[in-house]
Amino acid sequence: MSDRTLAVAFISPALLLLLAMSVFPLLWALYLSFTDYSATRGGPAHFVWFENYTAILASAQVHLRALTTLIYVVGAVTLQTVLGFAIAYLISRRTRGRGVLTTLFLVPMMLSPVVVGLFWRFMLDAQFGVINSMLGSLGLGQVEWLTRQRTALISLIVVDTWQWTPFIMLIALAGLTAVPKYLYEAASIDRASEWFKFRTITLPLVWPLLLIAVLFRAIEAFRLFDLVYILTNGGPGVSTETLSFHVYKVGFLGFNTGTASAYGILMVLIVIVLTQLYLRYLNKLKED
Amino acid sequence: MAVSVDEAVSTGPGRDHTPPARRFGGRGRAVLEAALLAVLAVVMLFPALWMIETSIKENRDVYAIPAKFFDFTVTLDHFKDVFVASGGRSALSVSFLNSVVVAGVSTALATVLGVPAAWAYSRFAVKAKKDQLFFILSTRFMPPVVVVIPIFLMYRQVGLIDSKLGLILIYAAFNVPFTIWMMKGFVDEVPAEYEDAAMLDGYTRLQAFWKFTLPLLLPGIAATAVFALIFSWNEFVFAIFLTSSDSVRTAPPAIAGLIGGTTVDWGLVAAASVVFALPVLVFAYLVRKHLVAGVTLGAVRR
Repeated sequence: MSDRTLAVAFISPALLLLLAMSVFPLLWALYLSFTDYSATRGGPAHFVWFENYTAILASAQVHLRALTTLIYVVGAVTLQTVLGFAIAYLISRRTRGRGVLTTLFLVPMMLSPVVVGLFWRFMLDAQFGVINSMLGSLGLGQVEWLTRQRTALISLIVVDTWQWTPFIMLIALAGLTAVPKYLYEAASIDRASEWFKFRTITLPLVWPLLLIAVLFRAIEAFRLFDLVYILTNGGPGVSTETLSFHVYKVGFLGFNTGTASAYGILMVLIVIVLTQLYLRYLNKLKED
Repeated sequence: MAVSVDEAVSTGPGRDHTPPARRFGGRGRAVLEAALLAVLAVVMLFPALWMIETSIKENRDVYAIPAKFFDFTVTLDHFKDVFVASGGRSALSVSFLNSVVVAGVSTALATVLGVPAAWAYSRFAVKAKKDQLFFILSTRFMPPVVVVIPIFLMYRQVGLIDSKLGLILIYAAFNVPFTIWMMKGFVDEVPAEYEDAAMLDGYTRLQAFWKFTLPLLLPGIAATAVFALIFSWNEFVFAIFLTSSDSVRTAPPAIAGLIGGTTVDWGLVAAASVVFALPVLVFAYLVRKHLVAGVTLGAVRR
């Protein structure tokens, strides 16, 4: 076998599976997005061209969902980054027990979103949830975490932060431990302050890697569905309805398959832009 | 930039890469840092501990107001309920078994398809390699809820709705990009000269791959497979939309189904969650050295 045949023989099965399970469905969705097809009504699909797209882009509802998604993504990713970096920094300054600490901190990330969502639902329960119980014993009032508009979105951000802070921590820790020791030693000889060292050595060296972690999390948070479904089911009202959840409602509860497909295609475009950014930074990182 | 993963998670004696705090900020600072870290650790671990505690509590202690932290009656009834229902196996235990089958087979499929592809991408000058790799990675980033609509229609057409095979195929397709990206890193680390030398000895390229490179890749393959396994094990979105019957359903939708009624048996939910999470934690511990590569789809490595 020539190298060329071998390469084709080794790569094509994987690509075929991807074509069948990712590209073909996506093309189908693209086709459906130009029609008024409904999965339940059945019948032939009529072409409506860009009607679905204009309807979505002009819809005040969708703008609201986009805002909710933005608040959630920015809020959650910012919190995770600050917390994750702080934990990584603290761990990296320790001489003992680093491995054990890291392993312990990673537990939330490994759990299924279903388990995480269910468990926080139990803990945030207004009546017998442990969070309110603790607030009560501190003499503070009870909060209806998941059934009030504003606190529900905050709860979602908190739970997502709980699950994914370890991710940022892991990446930041990898970056922190890679900073060459001699840089700090040289700075110490110059009697540099701790803050100066952090600002001029630690942060610039860890920043590129941290940015990758942030981008990765932004992509993941943007497409989040399961946690919303389990934790709040989009409610109360529509206060935690992210774009992903809204697509599901349009497609599976409203059965407007055509509109949902157009919606999905628009979301895919956003993900592709984010992925491009992710890869660009990745390549930059590899070149350095 | 060199990123050391081993240091980040090594359980061995701590290696000091940053100067000890006390040299600069004094003892107070070190104590403050340790205290801060302890508080953060408690906050991060509390939900997991509370889940374990709830799973071994009597029901009246589960719903106690205020919550009971220490003096509760220990029982294993909830764990029994996870596996046994009145008159035989419980629906949950069936779903656990389904999860084992679906996660196992889809991981095997992704590995068999992904490892050779990764080797080919690493060794050969493939046309538009960068574009192909970008395309492969981007399929992994698709919002699941978007892909599930056409997959649902497609499966309905070909009769794969509510079947384990349907889930296996979609999970394999989701794990192939990850397998290729992660394995490409491992293959890159094995010098191509080994294969060249083998070919000088009269082996064909394929034999050189099979006899010399593949054995060296085994640890990497194991680590990659474990990550794929964890992903399939935890996956929820496809599972809930593509399956419906108890005999096919995997564990995540089955566990989520426990909160359907008006009253929720939180003890049972906790026990099921603990049983479900245990294998993942064990697996994650096994691949701790590759965590950074694993969680970034193999894109960021040492």
